[in-house]
Order: sequence, then structure tokens, then C-alpha cells
Amino acid sequence: MMKRIPRGEIDRLFAALAGMQKLYIPADDPSGQARFTPWAEGMALTQRLNTARSAKDLFFPQVENLVGFKVTGKQIEMIETRDPLEDFILFGVRACDLRGFEILDSVFLSDPVDTYYQSRRQHATVVTLACSRPEETCFCGNFGIDPAEPGGDVSCWLTEDSLCWRANTEKGEALTAALPFLEDGGEDAAQAQREAVREIAARLPLNRLDLSAFGPGKTQALFNRPEWKRLSEACLGCGTCTFVCPTCQCYDIEEFNDGETVRRFRCWDSCMYSDFTQMSAGQPRPTQLERFRQRFMHKLVYYPDNNDGAFGCVGCGRCLQKCPIHMNIVKVVKTLGGDGA
Amino acid sequence: MLQVKAIELLESGAVDRVLGWKKGDFFYDLTPAVFESADEVRREFAYGPFAGANLSKYLIAESRRGGKVGVFLKPCDTYSLVQLLKEHRVLRENVYVVGVQCEGMCDIEKIRDAGCAGVTAVEEDGDRLKVATLYGERTVDRRDVLLEKCAACKSRKLVIYDELIGEQGDVIDSNRFDKVAALEAMTPEQRYEFWRGELSRCIRCNACRNVCPACSCEKCVFDNPDSGVRNKAAADSFEENMFHIIRAFHVASRCTDCGECSRVCPQHIPLHLLNRKFIKDINELYGEYQAGADFDSRPPLMDFTQGDCEPSIVYQRGGAKA
Amino acid sequence: MSVNESFRPTIVAFCCNWCSYAGADLSGTNRLNYPANVKIIRIPCSCRLNPMFILRAFQRGADGVILCGCHPGDCHYTTGNYYARRRMTLLFSMLDYLGVERERTRVEWVSAAEGAKFAATMNEFVETVTKLGKNRRLEDLRCSK
Repeated sequence: MMKRIPRGEIDRLFAALAGMQKLYIPADDPSGQARFTPWAEGMALTQRLNTARSAKDLFFPQVENLVGFKVTGKQIEMIETRDPLEDFILFGVRACDLRGFEILDSVFLSDPVDTYYQSRRQHATVVTLACSRPEETCFCGNFGIDPAEPGGDVSCWLTEDSLCWRANTEKGEALTAALPFLEDGGEDAAQAQREAVREIAARLPLNRLDLSAFGPGKTQALFNRPEWKRLSEACLGCGTCTFVCPTCQCYDIEEFNDGETVRRFRCWDSCMYSDFTQMSAGQPRPTQLERFRQRFMHKLVYYPDNNDGAFGCVGCGRCLQKCPIHMNIVKVVKTLGGDGA
Repeated sequence: MLQVKAIELLESGAVDRVLGWKKGDFFYDLTPAVFESADEVRREFAYGPFAGANLSKYLIAESRRGGKVGVFLKPCDTYSLVQLLKEHRVLRENVYVVGVQCEGMCDIEKIRDAGCAGVTAVEEDGDRLKVATLYGERTVDRRDVLLEKCAACKSRKLVIYDELIGEQGDVIDSNRFDKVAALEAMTPEQRYEFWRGELSRCIRCNACRNVCPACSCEKCVFDNPDSGVRNKAAADSFEENMFHIIRAFHVASRCTDCGECSRVCPQHIPLHLLNRKFIKDINELYGEYQAGADFDSRPPLMDFTQGDCEPSIVYQRGGAKA
Repeated sequence: MSVNESFRPTIVAFCCNWCSYAGADLSGTNRLNYPANVKIIRIPCSCRLNPMFILRAFQRGADGVILCGCHPGDCHYTTGNYYARRRMTLLFSMLDYLGVERERTRVEWVSAAEGAKFAATMNEFVETVTKLGKNRRLEDLRCSK
């Protein structure tokens, strides 16, 4: 059932939520960009549509300790280095990032289950926030995502005068039950908001891409296309696109030896890097062309191959905004999609 | 104008390829690209107030591909090319440089920061930019949305070119060291807090390093598993400091202050403040020096005099006391 | 600043092989005292000191780092210490700029004959760093015990 709270009392809501569990909201950092930040008294919700880094950080942090070892003589002692976790509320997740979680789930929660990721997911209550002002770089519509109707444990709509709140799951209901000051109502306002956003979404310049050339079984048709050379030639080989991406999930496992203890940790890896999947036999993707191709083939072909045709991109537009040379998945789709359509 | 020139160069056979910018889906998302035919140029070439990318680093590879490559360089980009030539990284004989005078390039991120959401088109109107958005039209002052490197432009002089589009310019008396001086005047605690705040946002995407024309090592020490300092992700604050100190130090006295590092940083870290600190110190301690301004001078860190100051000068220099 | 009496800083001293390492040796044979918490690392020349070594020393628990080399003009490779002088000046200035206490880093020229100067320098440096306390601003939390 839809509930609401006047917009001026959002702080009251945040305070109540933060009183229950650790609360993250998208707030502006000193550089003026938004990021998910632990809420503190006086912190305001960002005006930005989305955070610079994606919400995956909360479940799949850039650096995560796995285990430690201490060696004394011939004894090896294992040390637990997992971060202690507590329940937390993640407020303000957009529909695209939420789909990102589903994609990460399909990777990390399928057998063998990644227990590090799993426990973070279990500790979280996700409160989504419908988009109100999509950007020109948004193209979530291509992937069947409705920015006006996000899911999660609770869905919210920020309208002119109120925040509308609707629980979708048991976790969400439990949260709602602990917020007695939420009033009934708000469905009309939320509906007006939905319609307004859908009207904008229909006008987004990148929201109707032709994806027919991509999807399961297209590896042969796309892999050796000559256009990859031109597409990848200006790529700097930095990891920006992969690190701001809500669905990039590659990681590397490294060790740090402080002289007494060896700490094994994992950190995000990027297919754009020269040592990505490097093996003792050499580098299977020796030039930037192969590494660049890997990223887009993964999102548009390999992932769909293994996941009933679902694409590995959610159209959040972060890579469009952040790539230093403005090369991105939309340009790849437009360039390679022409002939296959 | 640049497009006409590119077509002319390719059709006359003066060059085999042209390095320029390719248009994107919007007015602001130009991508550096190599054009091999006049037709490609007609179809895809673009230039405008968002062509901020410095193309000189691409010449390391392009000048070795055989044949001659034409390239468009803005004044600040020409300094980078001269520095690369001094370091024997680019083959001069394979490069035809078209110098382009520049009014300063704009930063789409600053336009977004100014509150313009859903930007779909921009029209130049003298000093103003008319910004069309999904939510109506806005007007911004061009000076307010210049790239940081352009707002603090140090020179409009083209230090190398075979041909010039526009007028030759002069070195400008810029205010580019103001922020460095302001930081120097703080207490160490304040500086520490400032830099922790900035550097803690680093996601180690390496964009600053990879875009830098002075960072041209075949294999970076931070990518080399045998170096003992490789770190793929900055696992803690020490590694954030380490990466950024070493990155800036390694290009010190070779950095032309082209500003690309700050332009590409997805986290808006003012990396130029590290590079400019080295430049400012070099200017003050070893005499004014501009990397890439000429072919003859020695970079100050590859040079010395017997009367150089001692490192202890650091203890006596300014800055508020703790 | 209050001085913690029990705090004994870890000092790393990079010494050039030809002058300063011999100077340290001389101070030992002359039975001059300097604190045992100075760890000497011998390097071929002061200009061998990669800035990364200094940062690494801080990472692994050093509270102060000092470079000792031949006096300018006396370098056994003729000019190495002149280059080192410029590099260290700029590096120290950068560390100061980042808010790291500027007294934690130091360069001193010590010849093979200056055993007394070596001991005096180390005593003085240890005292300075002891007053500064533990290195917190350039530490690696994974290494702090």
C-alpha cells in the first residue's frame, strides 16, 4: 500500500531509518558529485540523477579482504579477515542500478555461491527511488527497465511535495511498520510522477537502439568485424568504464605481505588493463583491440548467451558520461548494429 | 575549417592519415580518431568547443605505423609534442602538424555542475553558450564552463607546427599557481585533510596516467608484478598517496601542464595541483622552466648546478606553522 | 607537543656506499653512540634512492627517513649526489605539500671521515622524529602492528 511523507520531513525519515540500521543515501561529495554516503544529521539527498560510482560498491566493494595467513616455522595459521557486517539500508537506488544487482546476483549467487557478496546482499534492505529527471545519456529503456517503476524492498517516488513510499517485500514491510509517521496515500502523486517520467523517457535520444545484431549466438557474426579496430583505436586502456559500471564484475585476487601476515584480498579488475587474464603462457588479449572487444562482447553477447538472452548492460549512462575519450557501448551498438539489423 | 584542411591534406597526398576528432551522438562527445580517406573526414570529422583531448600522445604509435600522419594540435598540445620529440618518443619526419589556435575548450561536466540536466545540444553565441536540455533551454557563460586547463591557460603560442590555422599567440600571464600557493599557505594539518579528501576518492582507473603524454613508459611500474609496488586497486590510503606522488614525481620537470590528468579524472580529483606544485617549486628553486617550450633546454631533474639549494630549504619555506 | 617517553621511532637511513656508509662504519669503530633504532640501508650512490624507496620505508613502519651521501662535489660517480639533491628537494617539498610532517625526511652529506658527524646527525634526527611521534600520515594500516 502506498504511503507518503511530506517532502520537508525527509530528514525525519532518514533519522528514523538511520536509527534502525546504517543508512546510505546518495549525497554530494566535496567535488559536487553524488555517491552513496552513510547518512549523518543534516546530510541532503543529491539533486543529481545518479551517483558517479554505481551502487554495486555496497555489495561488491572495490577492495575486499578474503582471508589472511600467518606462517611460523612449518605452521600456517588462517586468519579471518572478513569485514564484520551489520544490516544496512541502501536508499535511493535507481531502477538501472537495481537491475545491475540482478545481473551481479546471476554471477555471484549461482553455484558456487560467492559468500562474501551473498552476506552483503542479505544484510541489505534496498529502497529504490524512481527517476524524476532522466539525462540524455540514459538508455535503460533498451533493456526493458522502467525508470518510473523501480522495484527493490521498497519503492519511492519523490514528487513536488512528498516522498511516496511503497513496500514490495517482507523486508520492506518490516521497515514500513517501524515508520508509524508515514501517512496513507500518495498513489495519485506517484502516478503523475510516473507518467511525467515515462513521457521524458520516450523522448530520450538513445532510448531506442537497435539491438537485434546482439544477443545469444552472435559471437561468430561479431567477433571478427573490422570495425573493432576503429572503435578501439583511441581507447586509453584506463578502467574508468569498468569501474563506474554497475554490472562489471571482474575481479583479481592479490596478496599483501606485511612481513608477518599475508593478506589475500580481491579487487576490481578491468578487461581494459594490459594484464587482464594474463597467464603464465602469456596474454591471450595482447592488444587493446581484443581487450576493448572483450568488454562489449561480454555485455552484449557472452552474458546473454549464458543468461537467457538478458543483456549485461542496464543503460545507466555512466560510461557515456565518464569515458575520457567518449567511446562507449552506445557507439559500439550503433556501429556494429547497422549491418546485422 | 579543420575539416576542409583534413580533406585537402588527404586528397593532395601530403599525408596518409589524419589524426583528429570524430563526432559522436551529442555535440560534446567527440572521440579522437584516425581518418584514412577524405570521405571518412566528410562523414565523421568534427571539431568544436568540446575537442579538449590532447592528441599528441597518440603520435607515439601513429608516427611508427609507416606513412605520414597529419595531426591537429592546439597550443597546449604542441608543448606536449615538443617534449615527446625531445624524449625521442615520436618520429618527427612522419608527422605533419597543423597548429590550431584555440579559444579554450568547454567541459560538459561543468555544464552539468551548473545544473543543466539532460543536455542535448549547445550553440555558441559569442561568450555565451545556449544549452538545449530535455527540460528547456539554459544559457551559461562560456568562461564559467571552461575546462580547468583552459581557465588557467598558460600559453596560446604554438611551439611547433608545419602549418597554422588562426593567428600565432603568446605566452599568457596565467594564474595557474594560485591554488597551489593557497595550499602552501595552509597548515600541514589542513593540507593533509585537503589531500585525504581528494585522494580518497581515487578509484585507480589509471585514466590520469594513461592519458598523460609524459607517461609513456612501455610498462608502468604500477602494472608490473615484478616491481613489488604493483597495485591494481588502492587498497588503503597509503597506496593512494603512493600512486599519486610517484605519478606526479615521474613526470616532474617533463610535465608541460597540459591538464589532461584533471580533465579525464572521473572522480574530479584536482590532479593538476600535484603537477603544478612541482612546476612551481622548480620555477622558484631552479629558475623558470617550461617543459616542451623548446628543443634545447635540459629538464631540471636531468640537470643540476653546483650551487643548488640543499633539501633542507624545505624546512625554511613558507606555509603556516602547525 | 607532548613527548611519549616510551616511543622509539624507527628510522631508515639510506647511506651511499662510498662516503656515508664508511662514515657510519667509522663512527662505530670510534665507539660513538647513536640510537639502535636507526636502520642503515646501503645504496651504491645517493642518486640510487628512488623516491619509491622512501615511501616504501614509511609504508613498512619507518617514522623518519634520512639519506646520507657524499658531499656535493665529492661523488664517486662525479655528479650523482647533485641529481639526488634536486630530487629529494622536490620530493620533500611534495610530502610537505601533502601534509606529511616535513621534519620526517632529511638529507645529510657525510664523508667517510665524518664518523662524528654521522653519529651526531643520527642522534639529532632521532630526537626530532621522537618529538613528532609515530608516522600516521604516510602509514599503511595493514602494516601497523
